[in-house]
Amino acid sequence: MNPETVIDAVSAVFMVVGALMSLGAAVGLLRFPDLMSRMHAATKPQVLGLFLLLAALGLQMRTWWVWPVLVVAWLFQLLTVPVSAHMVGRAGYRTKHLHPELLSADELEAVVQKAAQKAARQAAARHGTDDDADR
Amino acid sequence: MNRKRISLRQELPLLVWLVFVWGALWQNFSPGNLLFGALIAVVVARVFYLPPVELGGRFNVLRAVPFAVVFLGKVVAASFQVLYLAVVRGPDVVSAIVAVPLRSHSDLLVTATGHVISLIPGSLVVEVDRSTSTLYIHGINVRNAQDAAKLRKEVRDTEAGLIRIMGTKEELSALAQEAAA
Repeated sequence: MNPETVIDAVSAVFMVVGALMSLGAAVGLLRFPDLMSRMHAATKPQVLGLFLLLAALGLQMRTWWVWPVLVVAWLFQLLTVPVSAHMVGRAGYRTKHLHPELLSADELEAVVQKAAQKAARQAAARHGTDDDADR
Repeated sequence: MNRKRISLRQELPLLVWLVFVWGALWQNFSPGNLLFGALIAVVVARVFYLPPVELGGRFNVLRAVPFAVVFLGKVVAASFQVLYLAVVRGPDVVSAIVAVPLRSHSDLLVTATGHVISLIPGSLVVEVDRSTSTLYIHGINVRNAQDAAKLRKEVRDTEAGLIRIMGTKEELSALAQEAAA
């Protein structure tokens, strides 16, 4: 076995598994029940999928200067994926795009309700003083 | 614009990163190109001034390398788990939102923990309470209290690993005390 064959075999495996991860993301998008679980499928498997595809690309190009570009591409992916997942997840929770019956626990709900009650009380208090001022 | 100026030493990691991106985009790491990139990096960092990132003042490479390897392993394992869940479980998957109080109150560590935990498939940060530094995490396939406890432990362990890499000395000694107790 010469090194060329080994490199070709490794990059072939990387490419197939990487493509499989992207397929998994698509399947997850279709099959998962609500926005939050879909975000898991939409954002995560392709972190690994992209890593494997970039690694295969780097192995096949046989020039060292592509590696920094690939590293930068992957690092930006690592930096931006959690932010976008968080923003969509947070907006989804706040606009109630979730199925409570599919959650075994929700420790955020109590906090949100407490904050909402506090805001309502403050609004009521403000109204009260306004009324006093009118009279 | 009356912000505290930060020292060049504190800014250095940012500048090195900018020069690296410059070199990578030109695909040219010759000294002349890097020097020009450094010049542009300094100008950019001065003109488009961002709030400084408060680093812990230490970075343990010996801890960082195993952490990165374990992280990559977890990403691989969890990717296949989410793939399995998507194909087999599909619409019946049960999740949970779990509150995880963190030890550290530094923005950098809370952000880093949130990032690492979000990148590992199966967990996603929904909400951050900065005043109590609590992360609210949506975990997929969390069916009961035991699974939730496991998720909470994993997040706390991730944070401990990050504190060992780049936490401040105070956080590190607090962690050592906790481990001894």
